[in-house]
Amino acid sequence: MKSLYIVPIGHVDEEVLRTIEVALWQVFGFTVQRLVPLPEPLYAYDGQRSQYSSALILRELTALRPADMVRVLGITEADIFIPMLSFVFGHAQLSGSAAIVSLARLKQEFYHLPGNTELFLNRCIKEAVHEIGHTFGLIHCSDTSCAMSLSNAIHLVDSKSADVCPNCAIVLEQNIKKIFPGSGVENVP
Amino acid sequence: MRTHWNIMVVDDEEVMRESLAAWLREDGYTVDTSVSGKDAIDKAASKEYAIYFIDLKMPGGVDGIETMMEIKRLQTDASIIIVTAYATVDTAITAMKEGAQEYIVKPCNPEEISILVSRIIKIKNLQRENVILRKKLSRQYSFYDIISKSPKMMEIFNLVKEVSSLRSTVLIQGESGTGKELIARAIHFSGDRASKPFIGVSCAALTESLLESELFGHEKGSFTGASAQKKGKFEIAHGGTLFLDEIGDISGKLQINLLRVLQERNFYRVGGTDQIDVDVRVITATNKNLADAVKNGSFRDDLFYRLNVITIQLPPLRERREDIPLLVNNFIDRLAPEIGKEISEISEGGLKLLLNYNWPGNVRELENAVERAIVTCKTKILTEDDFGFLNHHTERNEFSLPPNMTLDELENRAITSTLQSTHGNIKEAASILGVDRSTLYDRIKKYNLPRN
Repeated sequence: MKSLYIVPIGHVDEEVLRTIEVALWQVFGFTVQRLVPLPEPLYAYDGQRSQYSSALILRELTALRPADMVRVLGITEADIFIPMLSFVFGHAQLSGSAAIVSLARLKQEFYHLPGNTELFLNRCIKEAVHEIGHTFGLIHCSDTSCAMSLSNAIHLVDSKSADVCPNCAIVLEQNIKKIFPGSGVENVP
Repeated sequence: MRTHWNIMVVDDEEVMRESLAAWLREDGYTVDTSVSGKDAIDKAASKEYAIYFIDLKMPGGVDGIETMMEIKRLQTDASIIIVTAYATVDTAITAMKEGAQEYIVKPCNPEEISILVSRIIKIKNLQRENVILRKKLSRQYSFYDIISKSPKMMEIFNLVKEVSSLRSTVLIQGESGTGKELIARAIHFSGDRASKPFIGVSCAALTESLLESELFGHEKGSFTGASAQKKGKFEIAHGGTLFLDEIGDISGKLQINLLRVLQERNFYRVGGTDQIDVDVRVITATNKNLADAVKNGSFRDDLFYRLNVITIQLPPLRERREDIPLLVNNFIDRLAPEIGKEISEISEGGLKLLLNYNWPGNVRELENAVERAIVTCKTKILTEDDFGFLNHHTERNEFSLPPNMTLDELENRAITSTLQSTHGNIKEAASILGVDRSTLYDRIKKYNLPRN
């Protein structure tokens, strides 16, 4: 049986990991397994920006290859970036094997607001589904309520749902069939 | 729509290049990358990209600005976004002056770059849509290759549809270049003879005997050089339409022969004795006034009435000026790719000049003018400068006065010139000038003009 893997990079709350595991199983239908946490990504730290390069972390994630792995999602508290942009919530290889989600900017505290665990966990689910969606070949969706719609600001994360729209669901199913002919599809709930 | 656009990211730094490309791919764009300016220029030569993200500082000789200029030369429509880590006013000004659409300093806010890209793509989608709509509009106003939205031409199109399936002869009158043959073809191809031949003959181009042989054919040995039997156009057009252009120019003998075919629906080949029956619809055209030719005896009245069953009078272009923009755009769309120029439009000034011109040669002259302008045009838009040859022509025809001329001098010149043209005939000159004879005598005396 093929599995989706999640891997904490540095310390990540157990509640976040469990919430994401359930959400990914519900949306993508694969069993979700957890890898041993990776150390803090000091190798990706950029002193000038005080941020971590998502590209360098992704490079590490692609090296992880458990035999039954479908895709791997790294989860980190680190604030990540790509050189062109001031930040990214997540970063994925389109139709690739790995993706990463940063929790730093999903917390209300980042915006100097009182903490809100439920809101934070919801944001974690949306970003995890979004990035893993990219690894299955889904591109940004014009339906703003779809988890695959582009979120480049936190209010856009909040305004979308944690599920993919019916159109993206069809494409997702087709893409999974193409990648794993005869298997995996039955996993889709 | 957005997935149809290609984007190019040019940066010598791999992480920068690949991460931006990946980020744009997530948005559905097809993204290629280049490691240097030279690499990007090479790729731009063989593939079109809607947007180029070009890093300002790149090693290896060709910097961002040079890369942009070279790409702009290859793909004038491309939008260039210059990317730099350090903003300086000078480089920003240089980049914008040389044609960069945007100048951004990395890192920039993801929202900002998303808006920027979607704004450029939106404009490109609109431009593409505009081209498609213009083509559709041109088709909508096209009737068998005749482009018009003029009410006069609409009436003609309706008449063409009504008469297309009749067998009656049609006489098309109109100035040279108004599209008489196109109307003849429209009648043929919109009627029930469309699957049969449409044969055109220019009566002015051939001598009487050659034209006779051309129309009716000849038997072997019927005249010197007739080494074999030849079918005439009437026979070839059997079941279809014979279009006789410049019908006003045919000789008296041929007028009789033609009248006979139209009445009897049969004829004999030159030198032949066998009667040949034909079912041919005859459409004729002329830029002469056939009624006048009948009056002065150079054209047979009985043939005129035979030919003139249905008359279509084509207006000159100066009487359907509203068609000029439509025609010009159609010619640009058709001719620019043929000539190999990337010209897509005409400037307002250029169009104004064309609208004000008199077009003695009508649509044909307009087409030739547009073609000449496309050939000599150095930019992407036709302007009044490209139609300088027309301006020159217009100015020559315009009434012009030397500076500092008095009214008396003007009157003097008008009378002198009119008397010259009437060879001193006072009555005729007075009539042309719109004055009575006594007034003219007074002026001749006043200016001391010679009578002849």
